[in-house]
Amino acid sequence: MNASEILTACCKDSLLLSTFALRHETEQNGISEAVIRNRFDRMLTVMETSAAEARQNPVRSVSGLTGGDAFLYEQYRSASLLGETVSLAVACALSCSEINASMGKIVACPTAGSCGIVPAAVLAVSSSKGLDREKQINALLCAGLVGQIIGEHACLAGAQGGCQAECGSASAMAAAAVVELLGGSPEQSFDAAAIAIKNSLGLVCDPVAGLVEIPCIKRNVGGVVNALSAADLALAGIHSRIPFDDTVDALNRVGRQLPTSLRETAMGGLATTAAGIQLAEQIKQ
Amino acid sequence: MPVPSLFDIMGPIMIGPSSSHTAGAARLGKMAYKLAGGDIRRVVMYLHGSFAATYRGHGTDKALLAGLLNLNPSDERLRDSFQIAAEKGISYEFIPTDLGENVHPNTVRFVITDSRGETFEIMGSSIGGGQVVVSEIDGMEVNFTGERPIIITAHQDTPGVLSHITTLLFERDINIGDMRVTRSREDKSAHMYIELDSLCGQDLTAAIRCIPGITRVKLLLPIEESDVPGKENP
Ligand code: SF4
Repeated sequence: MNASEILTACCKDSLLLSTFALRHETEQNGISEAVIRNRFDRMLTVMETSAAEARQNPVRSVSGLTGGDAFLYEQYRSASLLGETVSLAVACALSCSEINASMGKIVACPTAGSCGIVPAAVLAVSSSKGLDREKQINALLCAGLVGQIIGEHACLAGAQGGCQAECGSASAMAAAAVVELLGGSPEQSFDAAAIAIKNSLGLVCDPVAGLVEIPCIKRNVGGVVNALSAADLALAGIHSRIPFDDTVDALNRVGRQLPTSLRETAMGGLATTAAGIQLAEQIKQ
Repeated sequence: MPVPSLFDIMGPIMIGPSSSHTAGAARLGKMAYKLAGGDIRRVVMYLHGSFAATYRGHGTDKALLAGLLNLNPSDERLRDSFQIAAEKGISYEFIPTDLGENVHPNTVRFVITDSRGETFEIMGSSIGGGQVVVSEIDGMEVNFTGERPIIITAHQDTPGVLSHITTLLFERDINIGDMRVTRSREDKSAHMYIELDSLCGQDLTAAIRCIPGITRVKLLLPIEESDVPGKENP
């Protein structure tokens, strides 16, 4: 299954990507649409909580290395450079990621390390445009479909493809979701997803002390801002000169070319900077 | 890779921070809990590879113990498992170690002591995305992923025991998916691992227990829907 096949199918029957995703899942795995929607509804509830919790009360990670940033940013947000929607998305991304690092409840989408990007984009845009729950669930279905294509033709794990495969994929999923949320076409969704991947290509996975904290939490912020700007371009009618399926192919090849040291082993990148090493030493004690 | 399901991408709903180090660890703990029949007084966990290197920061220790307390990977009490274990009078210890070269990097060996003072050992790995596999039970190589029921027995290594068991399965029309026997020369004891194609009831284990020569029987049912990350009940 790839984007060009999906676009042909959507064009023929004038389907939304979310509708395609529902039908495809029902056909493949025999789960009824009602059950799928129900499970997504539960995920949305968990997303709402995790996107809010760490903004309201500061949380600390299990290791003690990180925490409190979502709270800090929320206090500052009214003065933010980014405007209401984007600053809310940044705050939500920080919150989900900090909740994850503190052993709180999150929805892996596609992974736990990148769990802030899709919820932050969908929740912030829905909140500022006053969009209902059904639309939000559709957006999540659309995000899932984009992830399915990446999972089939590349990969979604930092250990396999670097952070471009986790936060990059999440960004692409979120970008496509936001386009559908705002009434864009399936084609525009894939344009947005392609742009998001292009802007994350090559991102390495280099977590300090091997923990899903530094740089992961802030990469969720980068990921959601990337997603929103990609969606904005696509909604303006700007095309990606490289089609989505080709960007996934690039993601896959770049992932394979990344050395092991930059694929979650904490043996390169930020993990082996002076400060990274020092932080790792610090938590050993 | 084949097309992943929508739910492989979106979800599971889980307790962070890592699907393999936290959610998978909780699942492994839960499998050990079931194998122990829920009766656990003390447990020592030997942590290997990445489990050994990052278990504190990823909460792998809390998650393993939470599973042993029968909590699901999406249960928010995961982070309080040390305290819950203390309240229940269950003692525990974590020992980072090296379990060997060809062992998966996210592996744990549980040594569990029950209330009668009997101990047994389970080894399992978290193989990514919250999926797990139990690879050894009491020294016997197995490959249990929680999808199909298994029966494990300890018996005296005398003729007839095996055919007795297979007859009981045949009478109940239960097909055998996989079966392994390991024997120890010294004490003439043997272990058997049988993977079943369909569900069976506790009456089967009761019947097996009555076979002369059988010293121990355990039945492990598939991990129910509600235990699988992302498929929890409302
Ligand atoms: S740096 Fe690695 S562990 Fe962190 S979010 Fe990116 S892929 Fe995941």
